[in-house]
Amino acid sequence: MSERIDVSIEHKHAPPENGRPHPNTCPTCGSHYRHDELAAHLNVCPQCGHHFPVHARERIAQLTDDGSFVEEAAELRSDDPLGFFDLRPYTERLAEAELTTGLGEAMVIGRAAIEQEPCQLAVMEFGFMGGSMGRVVGEKFARACEGAAERGVPLVSVTTTGGARMQEGILSLMQLPKTVCAVEDLRDAGGTLISVMAHPTTAGVLASFASLGDVLVAEPGALLSFTGPRVVQQTTREKLPEDFGLAESNYRHGHVDAIVPRPELRGTVGRLLRIFADGR
Amino acid sequence: MAGEAEQLRLRSQLSRLRSLPLLRGAKLSGELERLQKQLDRITSEPSDEEIWRSVELARHPERPYTLDYVERLLDDWFELHGDHHHGDDAALVAGLGRFRGRTIVLVGNQKGRDVKERTRRNFGMAYPEGYGKAMRAMELAERHGFPLLSLVDIPGAYPGVTAEQHGQGGAIARSQALMSRLHVPVVTCVIGEGGSGGAIATALADRVLMQENAIYTVISPEGCAAILWRDAGEARKAAAAFKPDAGHCLELGVIDAIVPEPEPGAHTDHEGAARLLGDALQESLELLDGVPGDELRRQRRVRFRTIGAVPATR
Repeated sequence: MSERIDVSIEHKHAPPENGRPHPNTCPTCGSHYRHDELAAHLNVCPQCGHHFPVHARERIAQLTDDGSFVEEAAELRSDDPLGFFDLRPYTERLAEAELTTGLGEAMVIGRAAIEQEPCQLAVMEFGFMGGSMGRVVGEKFARACEGAAERGVPLVSVTTTGGARMQEGILSLMQLPKTVCAVEDLRDAGGTLISVMAHPTTAGVLASFASLGDVLVAEPGALLSFTGPRVVQQTTREKLPEDFGLAESNYRHGHVDAIVPRPELRGTVGRLLRIFADGR
Repeated sequence: MAGEAEQLRLRSQLSRLRSLPLLRGAKLSGELERLQKQLDRITSEPSDEEIWRSVELARHPERPYTLDYVERLLDDWFELHGDHHHGDDAALVAGLGRFRGRTIVLVGNQKGRDVKERTRRNFGMAYPEGYGKAMRAMELAERHGFPLLSLVDIPGAYPGVTAEQHGQGGAIARSQALMSRLHVPVVTCVIGEGGSGGAIATALADRVLMQENAIYTVISPEGCAAILWRDAGEARKAAAAFKPDAGHCLELGVIDAIVPEPEPGAHTDHEGAARLLGDALQESLELLDGVPGDELRRQRRVRFRTIGAVPATR
């Protein structure tokens, strides 16, 4: 058993692990932090403002009032409808993802309050197979919509995802219309969706519920593109703009309503919830 | 054992699906023999080679495209151009026409036949402007109570800088949202490649059909291979793993029926393929006749809410 050593004391730049920079090393400015330092700053680099990834549980803790979150549908697990096997069996990838994240799937849903405003939450976890959307993620999102409609509260979604989950094949593509229909049912019931898009929100999730929020909020520097920069570059050989697909570019082209730095996110979402609640 | 239970479930699902849409198709199109062969194909697990054959046929350069079917199936076709906002996308066509006695609106992806047309139509890969045009046509259908037909044949949404700057993700999402709100009958047929988000953008329908040799995929086999195998050359393995052929899509409940093609594929007989597609579209429209708009829309949403139901809680 080795104790975690605070490398920031000895080195400004942490030594790379397996050739990759340490997850606590800022990819923008190279500053390195202890876990608790980063956590105290909501995983935002105090030096340069780079937004590090946030796990679903941390995100819920950052956004919601203490003790208000009650998880729902936590028992749902994916099976392997196609018997999918690439370099490894899908079932093995699922089991590993559950072990490393402590979550049953790439989305956590439940009821919560943000700045005393009740709401329904659907928060994605990128660490679970790249935050990919298969049947269980689609089902959880649909249930979150139904929960919001039943309770007459807004739904707040926080997305971080590579898109549809390839291992469930065409059934994953079917989660796009499924979540779209769920949002439309919520709208018919007079409900509200506030979509918070964190890095990255791409492909199948961007092309479904994440883009359908009444208000679309993005975190700074988040990649929000249907196709990622690498594929665009390889396919078209086009020279990509420096901010290709980023939140800032989307804002300039009119696809998001606001870019909100993480320290202001809770206040912003709380304010939106109040505005919508006051209008009811 | 879980494996056996799963098999049982699939078998009962299969027999249920088999008894409904295929037999009805047989009655109408008189293609019993061919359908029997399809049934055999579904029950006997297709080999990796057969699945790859579907991929090749779906992409066959002589395969009929949307406008080939329009020419053979519709009278008084009037093509609509542009999203009336920003541009006209030749990769997606939309228009009005008469189909077997009724006025319909049709939207469809359109590939090109020769190099020049392929370039002009961007190999059938739509830009957000294309979905904009489709949405305009859908709204027209809704206003006038015309049924909507959509033919899907797209390798995938276009991976380009401008497409992203024009809001590709949002356009695909909004097109689906609009389809989920329509009060008119909507029938979709995948006639070639049903590639990913670009396909589902115009496929949120009451009845979803697929031609015998079409494919319907979450990502192109090459894309999947590049990500999971880290080698686009492993596309055959990827296709075999994610099973994009019509038989599997029917078995999974993603589509409602398979539309037969002339032997050995639609590319050899455009007239025959159009006749069989026309019969299937007509049959689907007749199934939806007389269903009130609110009910159509409710059932359409239920259809997509329940596809690929999640396994029971452990």
